[in-house]
Amino acid sequence: MTNRYPLWKYLIIAVALVVGLLYALPNLYGEDPALQITTNQGDAPSAPVRQQILDLLADEGIAAKGSGVRDNHLLVRFHDTEAQLKAANQVGLALGRQYTVALNLAPTTPAWLRAINAQPMYLGLDLRGGVHFLMEVDTQAAIKQAMERYVNAFRTQLREERIRYSEVALNGHSVQVAFKQAPVREAAFQALRNEYPELTFSADEHDGKFQLTALLPQGEVQEIENLAVQQNITTLRNRVNELGVAEPVIQRQGGDHIVVELPGVQDTARAKDILGATATLEFHLVNMSHFPYEGEPNQPVAPDDKVYPERDGGYVLLKRDTILTGEFITDAQAGFDQQTGGPEVTIRLNGAGGKMMNRFTSEHVKDYMAVVFIENQTQTRKVNGELKRIRSRSEEVINVAQIQEPLGSRFRITGLDNPRESHNLALLLRAGSLAAPISIVEERTIGPSLGQHNIDQGFLAVSIGFALVVLFMALYYRIFGLFADAALFANLILIIAVLSMLQATLTLPGIAGIVLTVGMAVDANVLIFERIREELHAGATPQTAINAGYAKALSTITDANVTTLIAALALFAFGTGPVKGFAVTLCIGIVTSMFTAIMGTRALANLVYGGRRGVRLAI
Amino acid sequence: MDLFKRQTHINFIGMRRYATILSAILILIALVSLAVRGLNLGLDFTGGTIVEVTYPKPAELQDVRAALAVAGYPDAVVQHFGSARDVLIRMPSRQTSSAQLGDQIITALSGSGEARLSRVEFVGPQVGEQLIEKGGLAMLYTLVGVLIYVAFRFEYRFAVSSVAALIHDVIITIGFFSLFQIEFDLTVLAAVLAVIGYSLNDTIVVFDRIRENFVRMRKGSPIEIANQSINQTLSRTLVTSGTTLIVVFTLYLIGGELIAGFALALLVGIVTGTYSSVYIASTTALALGVSKQDLMPPKKEGAELEERL
Repeated sequence: MTNRYPLWKYLIIAVALVVGLLYALPNLYGEDPALQITTNQGDAPSAPVRQQILDLLADEGIAAKGSGVRDNHLLVRFHDTEAQLKAANQVGLALGRQYTVALNLAPTTPAWLRAINAQPMYLGLDLRGGVHFLMEVDTQAAIKQAMERYVNAFRTQLREERIRYSEVALNGHSVQVAFKQAPVREAAFQALRNEYPELTFSADEHDGKFQLTALLPQGEVQEIENLAVQQNITTLRNRVNELGVAEPVIQRQGGDHIVVELPGVQDTARAKDILGATATLEFHLVNMSHFPYEGEPNQPVAPDDKVYPERDGGYVLLKRDTILTGEFITDAQAGFDQQTGGPEVTIRLNGAGGKMMNRFTSEHVKDYMAVVFIENQTQTRKVNGELKRIRSRSEEVINVAQIQEPLGSRFRITGLDNPRESHNLALLLRAGSLAAPISIVEERTIGPSLGQHNIDQGFLAVSIGFALVVLFMALYYRIFGLFADAALFANLILIIAVLSMLQATLTLPGIAGIVLTVGMAVDANVLIFERIREELHAGATPQTAINAGYAKALSTITDANVTTLIAALALFAFGTGPVKGFAVTLCIGIVTSMFTAIMGTRALANLVYGGRRGVRLAI
Repeated sequence: MDLFKRQTHINFIGMRRYATILSAILILIALVSLAVRGLNLGLDFTGGTIVEVTYPKPAELQDVRAALAVAGYPDAVVQHFGSARDVLIRMPSRQTSSAQLGDQIITALSGSGEARLSRVEFVGPQVGEQLIEKGGLAMLYTLVGVLIYVAFRFEYRFAVSSVAALIHDVIITIGFFSLFQIEFDLTVLAAVLAVIGYSLNDTIVVFDRIRENFVRMRKGSPIEIANQSINQTLSRTLVTSGTTLIVVFTLYLIGGELIAGFALALLVGIVTGTYSSVYIASTTALALGVSKQDLMPPKKEGAELEERL
């Protein structure tokens, strides 16, 4: 028995350590206060605009530490937060609403580390400060709205086709229409079935009335619920951009919940106002004598005209009269033109809306029509020291298209630049039509100083706990204790490296998970070392004792860790927020500790004691 | 350095009657407390609003209460949190749908002094119900997962015994929180689940040795073998529990208020977990009649494993 590791095992350990060190390294560098500037389309500003920003900062005497385009934004770094806030103000004013200027803390990771994609850990809100909202989408309301639209549409259509009904009533997920005679019901069935293929129709009779029941199938109901949540996510995302948050998280959670996390945001009142805005849509005719519009936005115009800003920049002059509002839209889908293959959006209006659209557009073929997106917001602002609620209304033209032919209840907007544009337009059209109400069911705000405080305390706890365990192991197991200590250090580095690589969120309970892992990671070594001691007591030679100790402890260690992993995985699967953060570090810690505590310490033991006869083990 | 100079020969199983009585009493106290006093559930579960504010100088709670009462919140619970400068305000979930409450409280307080907002948490009542449900499910799935794994690796009697020990630990830990009315929030629930993982770790180590000794030792009754196994693993059990307790205790002392409940649950859980893996798990396995024959099939597997290594 000589206890030597083959070279490749040493290499594996060395490589793991080097990689671990490299990816853990970015966490040692600090952060700069910075501005993150993007266009509303989500791209970095163009070169002239970048120059304009830098010139502006130079003019204002604000010293920038550096600037550069990263991913899809321009990042300007400053020496302190004072300069950052001043710059945010100036740049925000100069660039206007086509750009998002967000405050951010940019990690000062050196370029060579960034080149291998090494980034610091992503800190959770409890460590960096910010707002967390959990929002619930009222999907029932969305379904009710959809059903009510069917009721209205049925009434209009039956009236127009001169089919006499006695009653149209809403009953859960179905619409019931009552008739006096069976043939009339048959006629209604034929008419409605063609128009609404998605509904399931059935007929029955009671109390001498002939009833036609149109049921919205479960699949359609789920589709509406899904759409309602999806739309809300889209609108929330647009609004969060307005808030100027550097790294917002907007995610669906479960069936009808949405998580919104806004790091760094402290003004929760404003955040809530903006997130809670309602949106509508309007169709307007473009004033053809001034198209494209070349005047100034504030220039006086004819009383029945109005200048509207365009989402992509620029302005259009529209007629004040509204052709149609968003309530008449039942659906909007992005797709492709079957003839040209270009992206398009298909809009569906209900019966009444289709009629109005048809009447209007048949007189305006070849004219241009604009879709205006309107958001109503209530904002709480401090005016002369008092809190006041201010209603504001923002209007934007999201699309201008030529009317090719008289339109009906189903029409298309073509001539869009790319599929992304058609997709966004469809989402906005739907967002403006049936927004299911959302309410905030959970809110957590952590001030930035508390966040720093949490980091400091967590760091202190890890350090002290770690130091005590290291000391104890060295005293209790001597040289082998030092092996275990080295493994603990390696384990800590690997946990931090894996967390950084996965960009998993580190939370306060996550730090607790690391602390707990430190305590438990030595368990594997304790098991091994106790076994070695036992073997030595039983009279084994040092080399045999080392070998037997590791071999016999292995299955125990595996069983113990697998069962702990089962608990950690259950925590991860069912936990939310803080619990998940804890589960992540626990899972990672268990896996890395297996590696360092078994393979790492064995490598050290082999290196120090391996291949020597008659050696005395210091254990 | 050794904890024990020689192999200990403590008759653990011989003390099983006292251990059973002790555990029965502890569980009874825990269950009675849970039934009578219930848990002091935190905001995560009950819903409501918590606002934490920091003053530049030590704050008088009386003044804060007065300011809140004037603003129309006479039922707010006001207490210091960590230091005299930090004040925690709890509001029941009276206005269930209003997430604006936190802002209103800040507005009310900013009139009286220079309070700075540290933290606002608002949780709607439905969210809490979902969390309780999810927490319960997580615990259930963990226990089932453990049952299956241990039954597969050892034998069903060991699986049942280890789950019995886990339930013992969970009841006593939760009972501790009920008895002393310490706030039970989401992080405490996470700690209880971590206790399951930890306690199991201990139990498995003892079982592993019992299995090994059953196969290796030709003489000796199951009770003697179990006793010897516990004695052989005793210093390991104490060293590991010791190091884990060191770090958890550090966490409890200096980890901050937010994490204190979590650390406390782990402290209680690790102590009961260590105790239960020695007394409850092994005695239950013996009471269920684990014998040499039951462990014969794993013998082959175990022997092969050792040779291969």
